Amino acid sequence: MLEFLVEALRAAIPAGTPLLFGTLGEIYVERSGILNLGVEGMMIMGAVTGFSVALTTGNPWLGVLAAAIVGGLLSLIHAFVSITLRGNQVVSGLALTMFGVGLSGLLGRRFIGTPLPAQAKLVGIRIPVLSDLPILGPLFFQFDPLVYISILLVPIMWFILYKTKLGISIRSVGEDPATADAMGVNVFGIRYLCTFIGGVLAGVGGAYLSIVYTPSWIEGMTAGAGWIVIALTIFALWSPLRAILGAYLFGGVKVLQYRLQPLGISPNLLNTLPFILTILVLMAATREVMRRRIGAPSALGLPYSREEK
Amino acid sequence: MEDAPAVKMIGIVKRFPGVVANDHVDFEAKAGEIHALLGENGAGKTTLMNILYGIYRPDEGEIYIRGQKAHIHSPKDAIALGIGMVHQHFHLIPTHTVAENIILGMPGNFFFPLERVRDEIEQLSDRYGLHVDPDAYVWQLSAGEQQRVEIVKALYRNAQILILDEPTTMLTPGEVQELFEVLKCMADEGKTIIFITHKLEEVMEISDRVTVLRRGRVVGSTNTADTSVTELARMMVGEQEWGEIKLPPREKGRVVLEVRNLQALNDKGVMALQGISFTIREGEILGIAGVAGNGQKELVEVITGLRKASSGQVLLDGEDITNCPPGEIIQKGVAHVPEERINMGLAPNMSVLDNLILKHHRREPFSTNLLLNYRYAKQFADERIREFEIITPSKYTPAKLLSGGNIQRLILARETAGHPRLIVAAHPTYGLDVRATDYIRRQLIEQRNRGVAILLISEDLEEIMCMSDRIAVMFEGKIMGIMDAHEADINTIGLMMAGVRPER
Repeated sequence: MLEFLVEALRAAIPAGTPLLFGTLGEIYVERSGILNLGVEGMMIMGAVTGFSVALTTGNPWLGVLAAAIVGGLLSLIHAFVSITLRGNQVVSGLALTMFGVGLSGLLGRRFIGTPLPAQAKLVGIRIPVLSDLPILGPLFFQFDPLVYISILLVPIMWFILYKTKLGISIRSVGEDPATADAMGVNVFGIRYLCTFIGGVLAGVGGAYLSIVYTPSWIEGMTAGAGWIVIALTIFALWSPLRAILGAYLFGGVKVLQYRLQPLGISPNLLNTLPFILTILVLMAATREVMRRRIGAPSALGLPYSREEK
Repeated sequence: MEDAPAVKMIGIVKRFPGVVANDHVDFEAKAGEIHALLGENGAGKTTLMNILYGIYRPDEGEIYIRGQKAHIHSPKDAIALGIGMVHQHFHLIPTHTVAENIILGMPGNFFFPLERVRDEIEQLSDRYGLHVDPDAYVWQLSAGEQQRVEIVKALYRNAQILILDEPTTMLTPGEVQELFEVLKCMADEGKTIIFITHKLEEVMEISDRVTVLRRGRVVGSTNTADTSVTELARMMVGEQEWGEIKLPPREKGRVVLEVRNLQALNDKGVMALQGISFTIREGEILGIAGVAGNGQKELVEVITGLRKASSGQVLLDGEDITNCPPGEIIQKGVAHVPEERINMGLAPNMSVLDNLILKHHRREPFSTNLLLNYRYAKQFADERIREFEIITPSKYTPAKLLSGGNIQRLILARETAGHPRLIVAAHPTYGLDVRATDYIRRQLIEQRNRGVAILLISEDLEEIMCMSDRIAVMFEGKIMGIMDAHEADINTIGLMMAGVRPER
């Protein structure tokens, strides 16, 4: 039993890592008042870019970097449409997803079936003694570096959001851009910055899938991970600390799909679990009392312009 | 330049589409004084101060701060000049803590200097008696506490000139006294306090000087000690030359609307109507005077079915319509000219034609079964546009593109179409120019002469005086008195609006 638990947890963390990257990014985006439904598109473009660059250069880190850049650039399309042009953010985000999924299929066609050579993979670290500990070793000291980077990002991003002036500005812009503007905060600048951060992290999340998790390119390989990220952002109630719990929980659900299938539990049913949990959380969080404390950013999805009163 | 006034505004003009909000206004306030800016709503007080604070740019005029000519393009410039403003609706972010709200937008180090903010807030607290908890969340605070946060926010930015826009509206009497102590303390230190209000008693109690605005112009500026409530009331309301509009005498008809001991809560859950009773007969206009926010909005909403009454009754032609759905109340003949004419009176993006048939489109001959009868609707719209002289490029133009006066004509054209029994008109001429105002008033009187009962709500005393058969004054959810229009005098009404019961 213990063995099963350790193994499940060990599997849940890498499965949840791409979700964690995407969710941390989307939390910043939404905290600044922008809704980016293009996460799926940015992730899959990150996956195909990361894979192709890692394959051609033989360096996984260059792949991750390229994926980050592509994710960031794609997010700027959304930023331009929704911040500068004040377009409809839902439409723009959905368009970005469709664009990314379609383009990645085209670009990745020649990589299908090509495995990543060993030196282009990111493998688990080995720390003498620590990695060999029973239970603790596999649970804490055998993952690849990106897992540790994503975990490290959680407190850093939480700290910035709650303990720095930049963080207050971000949250203010998402709550009440008019007030933030009146207090001298650069509303457009903050929103562009956050949307870009979201794109970068979504790209990295995608690269994790194609370079580490399933080191290969499969068309449509994100398989809805971007949508789970959107749900997770709500599930985490826009907090980086809750995001890590949610990401590993949903990662665990993904792993369980395969483990529980022999027992007759439908994987399709388990697939819906993240969304059902999200709806439950949303129902609890929209109660009047809770909303004031931990509700969605008030200005989420609303374009801001100074002239309109 | 030691004797230069802290604030000097010369010849300020600010025009909004169709209205001149400030018409060559001169304003001066000295260091160390509490200066009241008095006027009715729409007199241009807030506009003038928004110009000083950089939210609006004046079309004409100059501003001097401590003798230096100032170019104020944004609140940032104003803050740099030591000007702070506490708006009527607070500019605070409810999900943030007090300290976070105070620090927001301040330049300086990246990390949040919580310790320093705490210290400074404490210093300010001690100095002025402004008690705020830096770690509390704004949504947990009462209106009075939030206001203190706003004041601390301004002081934290080193404000020497502090503007307060109607600061007492949301406060309890105790909080008002606390606020006044703080303001006096700040004035003693040489700060300039500009206090926007329409409450005469507050002016007398707190201010050193008072400037009165009416319809965008300065009526006068005087030392508070040299004036009286009665004189200020007259300056604020004006001695107008009304009477061009005459109400022809009418036989009293049957009672159309009867409101019995009506009570209702406002959006915040506070009792906004505290037992209102009145009747309106056929061919009668009952004017309700009073400063906005004394329950008029809630009264209109309860009568038209948009708000639930918590107790009491609304009877239309003797039939109980209390808490009926709005659609049913419309069917029974209640027309509504709403206060927010664009948001509530129109579907702004739809055409003039669509808006004209909006309330009638479910009935024959506008529709038969499922289909609209556009041939009839077009004919109807053309007639209405001609009859009400609505100026529009075509009947297919989106209604929001019309000017304020034409929007109101459109609403009136629609509301009077179904032969209503009662018209509820809330601030029907607010913000309109003279021509449109005159037209709307004549149309309402025309309806009265045809036997329609009209409930007229207005802050414009001139309007109330010239259009009403009877006048009621509302204050804090109660009716202070109802009188026949020919017995009413402006001083009595002015005092009742301020909550003073006439001595008889």
